[in-house]
Amino acid sequence: MSRRLMKDGRPRSPFSIVTMTILALLWTIPTLGLFVDSFRSRDDATTSGWWTALANPFSTDWTTSNYVGAWTGQDMSTGFINSLVVAIPATIIPIMFAAFAAYAFTFMDFPFKEFFFLLIIAVMVVPIQVAFQPMLNILGPRGLGISGQYIAVWLLHTGFGMPLCIYVLRNYMSTLPRSVVESAKIDGCSHFQTFWKLVAPMSIPAIAAFATLQFLWVWNDLLIAKLFLKSENTTVIVKLQQLLGTQGQGQELLTAGAFISIIVPMIVFVTLQRFMIRGMTSGAVKG
Amino acid sequence: MTADTSTTAQAPSRRISTQDDPDAHLRTNPMKLVIGLVGMVVVVWALANLFLAFGYHPEWFGNKLVIGLLAIITGVGGAALLFYFLNMFVEGLPRRLSEGAIPYAFILPGLFFVALMLIYPTFQTINYSFANADSTAYVGLTNYKAIFGSAEFWQSIVNNVLWLLIVPAVVVAFGVIVAVLADKLSAPGEKLAKSLIFLPMAISAVSASAIWLLVYAYNNPGQAQTGLLNAIWVAFGGDPQTWLAIDTLKLNSILLMVILIWLQAGFAMVLLSSAIKGVPEDTIEAARIDGATELQIFWRVVVPQIKGTIITVFVTVFITVLKVFDIVYVTTNGAYGTNVIANLFFNKLFAQSEAGQATAIVVVLLVAVIPLIWYQIKHFRDEEASR
Repeated sequence: MSRRLMKDGRPRSPFSIVTMTILALLWTIPTLGLFVDSFRSRDDATTSGWWTALANPFSTDWTTSNYVGAWTGQDMSTGFINSLVVAIPATIIPIMFAAFAAYAFTFMDFPFKEFFFLLIIAVMVVPIQVAFQPMLNILGPRGLGISGQYIAVWLLHTGFGMPLCIYVLRNYMSTLPRSVVESAKIDGCSHFQTFWKLVAPMSIPAIAAFATLQFLWVWNDLLIAKLFLKSENTTVIVKLQQLLGTQGQGQELLTAGAFISIIVPMIVFVTLQRFMIRGMTSGAVKG
Repeated sequence: MTADTSTTAQAPSRRISTQDDPDAHLRTNPMKLVIGLVGMVVVVWALANLFLAFGYHPEWFGNKLVIGLLAIITGVGGAALLFYFLNMFVEGLPRRLSEGAIPYAFILPGLFFVALMLIYPTFQTINYSFANADSTAYVGLTNYKAIFGSAEFWQSIVNNVLWLLIVPAVVVAFGVIVAVLADKLSAPGEKLAKSLIFLPMAISAVSASAIWLLVYAYNNPGQAQTGLLNAIWVAFGGDPQTWLAIDTLKLNSILLMVILIWLQAGFAMVLLSSAIKGVPEDTIEAARIDGATELQIFWRVVVPQIKGTIITVFVTVFITVLKVFDIVYVTTNGAYGTNVIANLFFNKLFAQSEAGQATAIVVVLLVAVIPLIWYQIKHFRDEEASR
């Protein structure tokens, strides 16, 4: 009997163990396959499955040449730096604007407050595709002429991330004790001071939650980067997509390229996972 | 001595001045108004010029990392300064006016971005959908006639409907199953299994497509198969297949859906798992005492209590699926009858430079999300009422 109970006293469930093991494997094996192939030469990867290399790890010629080829030859390094330059400002800039708005929506009463907030909720669902042709006109040669530069993409991601950011921060701020803000008011703090000294520092978990989601979203975005960045400014994801389009020569670099593009979001994801889960559980839906 | 007198002389005079005008903070403070206004104008002007300079003259800054760093510092610092001066300006207003104006001062900069990037373009897109390929002249309903008359459009609609029918339901079902089963594992086992299933959330749709293209890879018969699916298929005596070219029973579309399900399952699992853990143990215990089977407990006790989360996950995945683009674009680009609306839109806009038809397609998409907007608002109102 004792064998069938877990440490915490619950009965062991063989069915759960077997099913979850299978599912966890199903979720891991596709990635593992590409990972193994990224360390194999072109000839090996095209003539035998990745599992054969894994079965005989000592007779396989492991190589990092795919990574070298993708990083330098396919200029993934430029894409990588571009991705950082695009993603970090596009993650941080919206937070500042959204935090003030979220503060007002949480702690102040004003006419049309509900109208403005419902507007924010409504546009979260609006597909971002609506923005492309109008914004291509505004930012492109017929308008400001900044399409193709980082600034265009920062602007777009700031706009697209704003509703979600306001929503997440407001949901979080409304769980903060109202008495804190009211006592600050009695002490003579202006709203501006209350925001900086009390509410903003207390909202750090929600800010981290949004930042994680937005960073992953911006880094992994293909659509906006492809439409609004010129080729020397383009991100690692667009570089990878271009590699996917090539047939034959250079295809072996694709496997390495995929992992070059995955590494940063993976680190962010693993380190900030618990914040991200909090951001998602606050009912985040993004259009 | 002199210092002493000066302080004693100052102290009463200060007192007098406040006694003179006890309501100073209720009146207009022209100093604050002017500094606030000038400050705002200068900040906006400087920021606009700097950011335009990033666009027009990237070479001035030497290195793109410098541009990125400057953008972070000036973007965040500039926003803080802007709010500082905005706040000063509003505080300079007479008390009654300032109380009313502060909330708008706080929300307007954020709303400005939403209005510029989402609200204005929505109307402009509707407007452009009646215009020609480069949005320079009105052409009436020509675009709508063109898209509604094209077989590709209807095929995309059919595919999108299929995606919408299959993917959200499978993701939710999968999320529930995994959440329930993981809950029965030991704590370390649960953590490991959930982490592995959650991990694809960090992977872009493009990388995920690369990963799954290897699974679906095809080699000529006789050669060793490098794709896992064909290897298994051949091991069971089949001939190697070009999976993504088979549109019998929409097999290829379904194989593409697998990629999205693989990406989204972790999201559903995390939300549903936390909901299931929130189900009070005594409700389950009571049902067990009454002799309910595990299955009955699940359907009659657990599911009703996590219904809200199930709907949230369903709607979120539904919206994602509605706009599914990357996966189709990088795998088949709509060939072999796998096209979807968002990919059709992208190709009209980007490859064919048909902005008129592209915007008309977006309008179709917009009409499709109207019920979702209504749902979101209703959901929000219900939640506020129960808060």
